[in-house]
Amino acid sequence: MSTANTHVAHHYDDAEQQFDAARLGMWIFLATEVMFFGGMFTGYTTCRFMYPAAFAEGSSHMQLLAGTLNTAVLLLSSLTMALAVRSVQVNRPAVAVRLLMVTLVLGFVFLGIKGYEYATKFAEHHVPGAAFSLGEAHNPAVNPQHVELFFAFYFLLTGFHALHMLIGVTIVAIVAVQTWRGQFSSAYFTPLEITGLYWHFVDIVWVFLFPLLYLIH
Amino acid sequence: MSTAELPKRHYLNANYNVWSWLLTTDHKRIAILYMISLTFFFFVGGVAAILFRLELMTPQGDLVISETYNRLFTLHGVVMVFFFLIPSIPAVLGNFLLPMMIGARDLAFPKLNLLSWYLFMAGGLLAIAAIIGGGVDTGWTFYTPYSTTYANSQVMAMALGIFVAGFSSILTGLNFIVTTHTMRAPGMTWFRMPLFVWGQYATSIIFVLGTPVLAITLALIALERGLGIGIFDPRLGGDPLLFQHLFWFYSHPAVYIMVLPTMAVISEIVPCFARKRIFGYRFVAFSSVAIAVLSFLVWGHHMFVSGQSLYAGLVFSFFSMLVAVPSAIKVFNWTATLYKGSISLDTPMLYALGFIGLFTIGGLTGVFLATTAIDVHVHDTYFIVAHFHYIMVGGAVMGYLGGIHFWWPKMTGRMYPEMWGRVSAVIIFIGFNLTFFPQFILGYLGMPRRYHVYAEEFQVLNVMSSAGASILGFGYLIPLVYLLWSLKYGRIAGPNPWGAKGLEWMTPSPPPTFNFDETPIVTEEAYAYPPLSDEPLPDDFLSDVPVADEQREPLRS
Ligand code: HEM
Ligand SMILES: [Cu+2]
Repeated sequence: MSTANTHVAHHYDDAEQQFDAARLGMWIFLATEVMFFGGMFTGYTTCRFMYPAAFAEGSSHMQLLAGTLNTAVLLLSSLTMALAVRSVQVNRPAVAVRLLMVTLVLGFVFLGIKGYEYATKFAEHHVPGAAFSLGEAHNPAVNPQHVELFFAFYFLLTGFHALHMLIGVTIVAIVAVQTWRGQFSSAYFTPLEITGLYWHFVDIVWVFLFPLLYLIH
Repeated sequence: MSTAELPKRHYLNANYNVWSWLLTTDHKRIAILYMISLTFFFFVGGVAAILFRLELMTPQGDLVISETYNRLFTLHGVVMVFFFLIPSIPAVLGNFLLPMMIGARDLAFPKLNLLSWYLFMAGGLLAIAAIIGGGVDTGWTFYTPYSTTYANSQVMAMALGIFVAGFSSILTGLNFIVTTHTMRAPGMTWFRMPLFVWGQYATSIIFVLGTPVLAITLALIALERGLGIGIFDPRLGGDPLLFQHLFWFYSHPAVYIMVLPTMAVISEIVPCFARKRIFGYRFVAFSSVAIAVLSFLVWGHHMFVSGQSLYAGLVFSFFSMLVAVPSAIKVFNWTATLYKGSISLDTPMLYALGFIGLFTIGGLTGVFLATTAIDVHVHDTYFIVAHFHYIMVGGAVMGYLGGIHFWWPKMTGRMYPEMWGRVSAVIIFIGFNLTFFPQFILGYLGMPRRYHVYAEEFQVLNVMSSAGASILGFGYLIPLVYLLWSLKYGRIAGPNPWGAKGLEWMTPSPPPTFNFDETPIVTEEAYAYPPLSDEPLPDDFLSDVPVADEQREPLRS
């Protein structure tokens, strides 16, 4: 058996078939994720349509700087992820390990900034619930309850996104160790490839969240 | 036939201990695990149904109080929809057959397949415990604000159970799609695949695209209950109709999850017992995909009287009628396949014919309901109940039983007793119609669904329906007995007792663990039954004598 073949499970004909199956499986999983987030986006759109002024008011209480920074961090991490996959494909695992480490750090930076934002929201009583208070409204005509709804969506969407990030950094850490142990080469890098797909997906979700929550006033 | 023997080594006797079952990654064993579990869930749901049909014998509420009645129909609906019908054919027959039909050794992701069974069991048991132990009375539709504000708190546990089981659907769908794309044997082109595979493929599309929306809907209900985030709560500015939209966006396609795989089974049975190629293969194949796609565009027909806009109602009405077209295409093609066929009425065929008739009634009444003016009159009456039971019980359960009988010899290596099979199929058919036909009339006369007290004048029809239910219940018990009996005493089936086409019949019964000793090479299209005139048939053709191995058409002819 050649080295490539040691990774082929009994029910596959060859490594290529197995690779195709894994990659297609990941794409389909991502389709289910699109639908999962799609449900929340639908809810957001419906409510925004009902209360445009209140949602604009909500947006104006976002920390634009933190959001922008996080967007940059995630986009950069997608780049390093893509380069890591590329490095393994051209048989440079040492480079790949370093790039994966950078990806991992960027993932944590994102989560850190997000945590800071959450903490600020807590302090400002912008978390929906009994203690919610809008404070000083930029537009006094809006109903604070509807702004609360905006914040409900904010925490819902970014919360589920952050959960995906947490899963993402865990998987990236695992494949980083595997790469470091020399398990991947141009002949076999399936786990790395599908981790990359997942990572880019989580990134893209943010690319939608950012304008919806922070930018539309 | 006295020489017939089971193969020495096969997937059932490859290993005997409990762990070899509980940790198996063999798609055939997982199918058996699913079959046993689903039989259990079917029994639980069935007991609930018998109890409330008993209650409905009289117009007063004398057997159970309203609270209990509500819990009973919730138990029945949730278990039958989420824990029996949705997984039924894909998880049992699809799991068992799909890899074999395309000449693969297993599904693409065997471990995910096993995981899906565990998720299913965990979710199912949790949901049942919540409903029976805690008492949930929201109905299987758990509409807000009732489910979020007023119903008791076990709604959360039930929702969690359904949520978890949803992932088992997703994994099954994902596995089927990937397997169909990447694991086909040499020569198995898309248009040589059995229509069963097309049907499972279309169903899988709904599994992967629909189920996540149910998942987020359930998550939102839980958050609403637990934290009061207000998305569905009008007091906080939320919108309860949004819940209905999200729910039916999944749940209408889900009704096609139940019927598409059944149609797939019928497309296998009809050509085999008519000894003919399927009429219009491509139409049947594409109509499955068309149904899957259209099913995502019609959900609003459940909300005609909910206050959604008139224009939305019109559009949904139009699309609902459109989805009837591919369904009708299938019915016409099966009928055309029967035309001038050499038909034998063995048990699977009886179920298949039953399906075609009852599905047609269910589908046509669906078109009535899609007509907004009629729906205003019959919405939330027994007419609806009759409509969907014609499709889900008359259609999907019949198809499931037909498929189980058709492939029973393949799964177990033994034949079930044919006479008993036919008798119980007829009893089920009669019991079914007696149960549900009166409900069309009841609903048309105005009896609302989901109440246990009703007006005196409805009693006669209700008693008929309850009587039918007991016949139906009895009918279901017969196969349970003789199928178990046949495991030990049934006649040895041989590889291909029906003389059917398809790769699954080319391998011994029961099949070896990796399905085929050698990867098959496919050189002909599906259902290549020889033209009838060339083949003089013996009188007792197929009904009793298993076709011996040598008489089979070789694959490479
Ligand atoms: C031929 C196409 C079909 C059409 C046009 C159709 C139409 C409809 C309509 C308009 C309703 C809503 C009635 C109301 O609540 O007022 C309905 C309810 C329902 N249909 Fe169908 N239907 C079709 C096929 C099916 C199939 C194939 C199934 C199941 C396998 C199914 C299962 C159901 C269920 C479960 C409900 C009631 C849900 C509930 O409120 O609990 N239908 N159908
Ligand atoms: Cu529907």
